[in-house]
Amino acid sequence: MVLEIRLLYLVGSWENKKMGAVKMKIKSSIFIILMIFISSFLSGCYGGESKKTVSENKPNKTEGKKTEQVLNLAEGGEIPTLDTLGLFDALSSRTMNNIFEGLYRLDEKSKPIPGMAEKYNVSKDGKVYTFHIRTNAKWSNGTPVTAKDFEFAWKRALHPDTLSPNSYLFNDIKNAAEIQDKESSLYGKVNELGIKAVDDHTFQVELKQPIPYFISLITYPLFFPQNKDFVESQGDKYALEVKNLIYNGPFVLDSWEHEAGWVYKKNPDYWDADTVKLEQINVKVVKEIATKVNLYEAGQIDLTEISSEYVNQFKNSPDYNTLLKPEIFFIRMNQKNKYLANVNIRKAIDMGWDKKAAAESLLNNGSIPAYYLVPKDFSFDADGKDFRSKYSGFNQDGIEKAKEYWEKGLKELGIKGMELEFLSYDSEDRKKVSEYIKNQLEKNLPGMKIKINQQPNKQKLELESNQRYDLTYSGWSPDFQDPITFIDLYLSNGPNNWSSYKNKEFDRLVMAAKNNPSNLKVRWENLQEAERILIEEDAAISPMYQSGLVQLTKPYVKGYFFHPFSISYKWTSIEGK
Amino acid sequence: MMATELVSISNAESFNVRGVENLAKYIFSRLGYMLVTFLVIATFTFFLMQTLPGSPFNDEKLSDSQKERLYEKYGLDKPLPLQYITYMGNIAKGDLGVSFQYDGRPVTNIIGERIGASAVLGAQSLLLGCVIGLFLGIIAAIKHNTSIDYIAMIISVIGLSVPNFVFAGILQYWVGVKLKWLPVAFWEGFEYSILPTISLSVFVIATIARYMRAEMLEVLGQDYIVTAKAKGLGSFSIVMKHSLRNAAIPIITILGPMTVTLLTGTLVIEKIFSVPGLGEQFVKSIMTNDFSVIMGTTLFYSILFIGIVLIVDLLYGFIDPRIRLSGRTK
Repeated sequence: MVLEIRLLYLVGSWENKKMGAVKMKIKSSIFIILMIFISSFLSGCYGGESKKTVSENKPNKTEGKKTEQVLNLAEGGEIPTLDTLGLFDALSSRTMNNIFEGLYRLDEKSKPIPGMAEKYNVSKDGKVYTFHIRTNAKWSNGTPVTAKDFEFAWKRALHPDTLSPNSYLFNDIKNAAEIQDKESSLYGKVNELGIKAVDDHTFQVELKQPIPYFISLITYPLFFPQNKDFVESQGDKYALEVKNLIYNGPFVLDSWEHEAGWVYKKNPDYWDADTVKLEQINVKVVKEIATKVNLYEAGQIDLTEISSEYVNQFKNSPDYNTLLKPEIFFIRMNQKNKYLANVNIRKAIDMGWDKKAAAESLLNNGSIPAYYLVPKDFSFDADGKDFRSKYSGFNQDGIEKAKEYWEKGLKELGIKGMELEFLSYDSEDRKKVSEYIKNQLEKNLPGMKIKINQQPNKQKLELESNQRYDLTYSGWSPDFQDPITFIDLYLSNGPNNWSSYKNKEFDRLVMAAKNNPSNLKVRWENLQEAERILIEEDAAISPMYQSGLVQLTKPYVKGYFFHPFSISYKWTSIEGK
Repeated sequence: MMATELVSISNAESFNVRGVENLAKYIFSRLGYMLVTFLVIATFTFFLMQTLPGSPFNDEKLSDSQKERLYEKYGLDKPLPLQYITYMGNIAKGDLGVSFQYDGRPVTNIIGERIGASAVLGAQSLLLGCVIGLFLGIIAAIKHNTSIDYIAMIISVIGLSVPNFVFAGILQYWVGVKLKWLPVAFWEGFEYSILPTISLSVFVIATIARYMRAEMLEVLGQDYIVTAKAKGLGSFSIVMKHSLRNAAIPIITILGPMTVTLLTGTLVIEKIFSVPGLGEQFVKSIMTNDFSVIMGTTLFYSILFIGIVLIVDLLYGFIDPRIRLSGRTK
């Protein structure tokens, strides 16, 4: 065997020598071809295009010159869609708010101010709004923005073929609900919608009933215009890439590299271009907070949100700031469960844990403990008074009181204890909070046993909406800037009630606020009373916290405004960099 | 690639026509099996996906009629077998459908836009990892039981046991933020790829170095090495000519799956360095029940994997003529 191998080896080596030269040539030429192929492939893959924008904006190299009006940002992901009628999220709506504009837009204090419309008139009964669209409103391809663009987009949003997932927000407009209702004789007849392009610059909207928040409502991207000719010319490709879009907002998208980032440029054709100071905004997709912090420290981004583990590190930095989001997290209690149908048990659960510790020590991300459903700093009456100013919160009596309710409840039910399932999210922060609540309740309410059930969001929603839970960690963010968007959740027949909560007085107050909103003061009081009944009397939910946001902002970034659903760059500028 | 195989396979027989024919036959039959494997994977994934908890349009803000509408729009309201037939038909046409989470964006675009960065990063880290790993392994084997051996093995144990995101975090902070030698993150040129490449290659280096050392030690003890030494060959030529090839077989085996993992993106490193790659897309599509993206990425992964398995098998023949693909007919 060994001998054979040796012989083979000898023969082989002799042959090899003969073939060597030929082989070497073939091999080396293949190698060269491969190298050329690989290097050309590589140079294509590093994203050569974006190099330009970077070299233009190296933050350190431009010092000394006039301050460049360039803002560098990082976002946590790819924009899901830029079709205002699509299935969008906060990031989509933030982008849309800066590249498009509706009839009105939100100012620095999140109050509606004129956008594409110069002004509006309302009929005496508060049902008919007439908007006067600016004559200098233009799309970025030069065509004027007209009333027809609004008519086209709004009808398209309700048409069965192009129905927007957010179309329910149109329901206050005459016939809008019927057009979406398969049972109705008006189903799909979008021409019956209560809107009319009287002429190019006059757009009329007829509401089903007067609503006080209509102007604020239409600042939402769903109500933005779309140009019929352009949209139809793009077909399926509309809004997929920069070249498949036209803009009418303060900025246009200059590039959009999926998953990597996008660049805004000032829109010179915007009617109010003089107000817009920023020339360019570079946005990069950065998914890791740690990376964002590193980039912020390296001076490559001007602003970043941070997570709780960085709070202590930056708490004393002048760049550190927090703000409240209009988003409430609360425990839903399923009254199909015979124990939870008892109001004293529910009250005990609501008061039986330390909300302050959970929000401030555990989350430590700018969130504040909530003893209410309608968020703070979110909705204001005609005099600018916060909805929360009447009742700052409910059920704040503390754990001793909770124990009393617990004993009372147990006696009424004739039991010594109970085991409940607590459905929760599978994210890290929320895991901690649910475990804390479990420990608190088990400690403070003797005989209570909690089993945590963590599920991915989609599955959790499925279980919640089918009421297959006892307690659930739940959240809600508003659809528009009015308390009703939170409170009508708990109407007996509300589609998101999900807990079999029923209270006739609550229903009466909410419906009164919905159906007869003409007296704004009474409406406001009705809603405040309804919320009191929901939480203080019935303890239908146990509010947990109102979410906050902690961020670092470079001191030279001015005029960066947050709104309940978006952010405005329109007034942002770089000063003294 | 194929050209290299042809040349190499026919090495020993000096361009034997029959060898080439055999190889072609072999590759064809393998391609047939690959197609079958692909179909099985596609079918299996398609039905398995339906058992994912939750549904793609589960959102508290969507009413039932809205959801129904979305199901209709994406054809999810049809009976499952029909959906399956439609889907397979579309695959045959090269159409992977549209994403739900990115509202109608074609899946082929999603994969196409993201695979470039992942592939470059993977290729670079594989190359770097192999070069350094092989070097460390060979040195360690030759200098067996010396301090060089121990240092090489300590490096490889650290590389195997410390997760790559730790290296990534350290590199990003020190090299990027503090020393400012290299960019902190993003993907805009070669210099941007250095830190992620190093972070990714640590594991490759460690794995390859360990395998290489073990194999080399075994090979170096073989009779034919003794023979080579007896013939008076220098140790360099012994290593390069006689040991390396034989030691390389297990390396090739582990390189296959490693290549697929590296080329298709590694979630954590891509996230840390904000590389716009495919890594996260797969995980995210599952979390959001984005069926067409799940299918698209799975099929893409499997094609790559099946392809690489074939290449590895062909490489065996090249590295070690004793392993013949279709059985030598001599």
